[in-house]
Amino acid sequence: MNATFKIWRGDASGGAFRDYTTEISEGMVVLDAVHDIQRTQAGDLACRWNCKAGKCGSCSAEVNGIPKLMCMTRMSDLPLDEPITVEPMKAFPIIKDLITDVSWNFEVKKKIKKFKPRPPDARDGTWRMAQEDIDRVQEFRKCIECFLCQDVCHVLRDHQMHDKFIGPRFLIHVAALEMHPLDTEDRIEELRNAQGIGYCNITKCCTKVCPESIEA
Amino acid sequence: MADYETVQHDVLVIGAGGAGLRAAIEASAAGVSVGLVCKSLLGKAHTVMAEGGIAAALANVDERDNWKVHFADTMRGGQYVNQWRMAELHAKEAPDRVRELEAWGAVFDRTQDGRILQRNFGGHKYPRLAHVGDRTGLEMIRTLQDHGVHQGIEVHMEHTILSILKAGDRAVGAFGYERERGRFKIFRAKAIVLATGGIGRAYKITSNSWEYTGDGHSLAYEAGAELIDMEFMQFHPTGMVWPPSVCGILVTEGVRGEGGILTNKEGRRFMFDQIPENYRAQTADNEEEGWRYCQGDKNARRPPELLTRDHIARCIVREIKEGRGSPHGGVYLDIAWIKQKLPNAADYIKRKLPSMYHQFKQLADIDITEQPMEVGPTTHYIMGGIHVDPDTQMSRVPGLFAAGECAAGINGANRLGGNSLSDLLVFGKRAGEFAAKFAKDNSLGEIDPPQADKIDMAAREALQPFERSAAENPYLVQRDLQETMQDNVGIVRNETEMKSALEHLRTFWERANRAGVTGHREFNPGWHTALDLKNLLTVSEAITRAALERKESRGAQFREDYPNKDERFANLNTMISKADDGSMKVRLEPLPEMPDYLKRVVEDNR
Ligand SMILES: Cc1cc2nc3c(=O)[nH]c(=O)nc-3n(C[C@H](O)[C@H](O)[C@H](O)COP(=O)(O)OP(=O)(O)OC[C@H]3O[C@@H](n4cnc5c(N)ncnc54)[C@H](O)[C@@H]3O)c2cc1C
Ligand code: SF4
Ligand code: SF4
Ligand code: FES
Repeated sequence: MNATFKIWRGDASGGAFRDYTTEISEGMVVLDAVHDIQRTQAGDLACRWNCKAGKCGSCSAEVNGIPKLMCMTRMSDLPLDEPITVEPMKAFPIIKDLITDVSWNFEVKKKIKKFKPRPPDARDGTWRMAQEDIDRVQEFRKCIECFLCQDVCHVLRDHQMHDKFIGPRFLIHVAALEMHPLDTEDRIEELRNAQGIGYCNITKCCTKVCPESIEA
Repeated sequence: MADYETVQHDVLVIGAGGAGLRAAIEASAAGVSVGLVCKSLLGKAHTVMAEGGIAAALANVDERDNWKVHFADTMRGGQYVNQWRMAELHAKEAPDRVRELEAWGAVFDRTQDGRILQRNFGGHKYPRLAHVGDRTGLEMIRTLQDHGVHQGIEVHMEHTILSILKAGDRAVGAFGYERERGRFKIFRAKAIVLATGGIGRAYKITSNSWEYTGDGHSLAYEAGAELIDMEFMQFHPTGMVWPPSVCGILVTEGVRGEGGILTNKEGRRFMFDQIPENYRAQTADNEEEGWRYCQGDKNARRPPELLTRDHIARCIVREIKEGRGSPHGGVYLDIAWIKQKLPNAADYIKRKLPSMYHQFKQLADIDITEQPMEVGPTTHYIMGGIHVDPDTQMSRVPGLFAAGECAAGINGANRLGGNSLSDLLVFGKRAGEFAAKFAKDNSLGEIDPPQADKIDMAAREALQPFERSAAENPYLVQRDLQETMQDNVGIVRNETEMKSALEHLRTFWERANRAGVTGHREFNPGWHTALDLKNLLTVSEAITRAALERKESRGAQFREDYPNKDERFANLNTMISKADDGSMKVRLEPLPEMPDYLKRVVEDNR
């Protein structure tokens, strides 16, 4: 069986959707199709990936307009009677084809105060923490930094307030630090001011696209 | 020399997985300036995919554990051709390296009394793997990454290094390109650490990503370092086999650590059928005892599903070959069966193996709390790599260090699960420490005129694929190479097939030299694939030549023409280097003699 794709091709100076047709076999995901197209029809088609199993957060793109990991999007879950569109994330500057410049995220991370543990609990320099006290922190730490939530958040995507708001990914990061039983840093003031938590109006769009189903 | 952008650091670390990050952190803590280069974005290296855990004798779950038992387990698993000194340092230092991660913010699963929890894994006598569900690698890389960026390490993401620059004998820098823009760059440094990971893309069925093209192995080889133990390729017994698009993706050994069993189509637990002599005393001889072990009964011995990976992979191949496999050419791995033993088994599985649950549900329509998984061997890890000094991690090229999967020696003929993540931390730290020391003791080396010519030549060579019309498709050359290695230098090997692989490799070299690409230099995966071919070919040849030289079966190397262990090879490592005439040279090197106190440790833990 064949499927038709409309894949965005271009760079910062502009681009357009181009059509590709490729064969679909059982169990295939969108990333497989993109790779097939790359191997046989468009050797220079740019996309990022690593794990192919939803663990690294590299292959983020918009499939039929929805922010997704291409490696976890099954072809069998898409309507194949019409072309499938694949395009890069919108909240970040385009580099080429399906890849965007996500460096802003790494800059934001740098500015968040580092983890500052309380003195060790035991003589041997170790700490004690109960599992139930870290369940929620671990939940937040599941984040694979795919930046799909940043892509969908209207504060960044539509209003481009990258200099005032750190976005859902980093709200979660700061929350995980704040809730970390060992951390002694005060993070609330920064969250309100420099990190702009007030811009979030709790639309929950970020939760909906999160491949790790992280609920803030 | 043409004009290239040049950056300068005291220590240059190539690779931003666990080993590279740990090295960079250590070097930077020693007060030198550090640059860190990686092919992907930061935090996406292979280390992020590690699932099961980090092996360290913390003795939090079983107080009988200590470095001696860990050392003895590692040596036994490696069939005693490991570099004993590395195995010793690793076993002794791993606990501190894990505790340090906690001090930097890592949040491991806990024991009842609030300490770091440890789980069972193949070949480890006691529960030893510190873990976070089945996403330990993510926890580790994120912790290191976040700690590292606050130390002022300068990260050059999405850059590929093409060659190591030298002044005389010494390594003084590296030459590479920015993937995004396609521009060349020179990195000058007083010391260089290679931490580039593995080579799994040389095979068709693999758990490894596009990054694993053996770059560090090949860069070091070209720079004059030696490669050791290259014949020892780990085929992980449990990769996904169905559907085809996910074939090779890893199923963590943690599934078996939590009580998962392997069965054939007749429903038989075939792992009980053949238990190697040197593991018999430690292995359960009935199912009931095996289950008690997984439940933490200290008087029980471990189930045969937790034997070493080399052995299990071969048993699976045997079952499949003899017609007892599953419909899609694997065997069954069943964790759902623990329902019979545990109330709330489904919740337990989801909590301890969340990403496995997710992976099978989403990619294979299988609910692992209800149904068995179909699994088969997948190319996973290379025990072989750059030969380094065990204490300092320096190769025989002054100023060139290596750590992590691309370095070798600690694992011998077979790696135990969990020993890689701890290896990254222990030897990453050491590499960083000694690279910083080297940088302090030495000045920046000059790039002399012959080196400058080499750089120009490397740049010209790298651009040739754009000039070739009607050329070879680099993706297809890569695919054919993978098929050849899979079929001829895989789990079961013999001389005839390996010699034919060498013939094929020769033709692939020719095809690689004709590879052409379309488009321009900006983020062009076709071009990147063409450039990676050289590294893949070099490591493939090294694996094949080393495997031919070792005329015996040991650990991960199984030769059907020499199916037994041979005493003559018991104390030998294979060493690969580049000869003056450019050809690949293999020699056998005697193992360093193990000191008496370690021999006693091995004896005491028989
Ligand atoms: C799915 C999976 C699960 C695993 N689970 C476990 C486990 O539970 N426990 C365990 O101990 N081990 C496990 N392993 C093995 C372990 O994860 C790896 O051996 C380990 O992470 C390798 O780390 P590294 O730092 O050596 O390299 P990597 O983490 O692979 O990093 C290599 C780095 O080098 C860079 N690089 C490579 N070539 C170049 C170049 N030419 N120029 C610039 N940069 C370059 C890459 O971009 C990358 O940043 C697992 C492996 C896989 C694949
Ligand atoms: S809830 Fe809405 S506004 Fe707030 S971070 Fe998420 S997407 Fe943005
Ligand atoms: S919170 Fe979820 S969507 Fe956002 S970056 Fe992390 S994993 Fe991706
Ligand atoms: S390739 Fe890793 S998340 Fe898709």
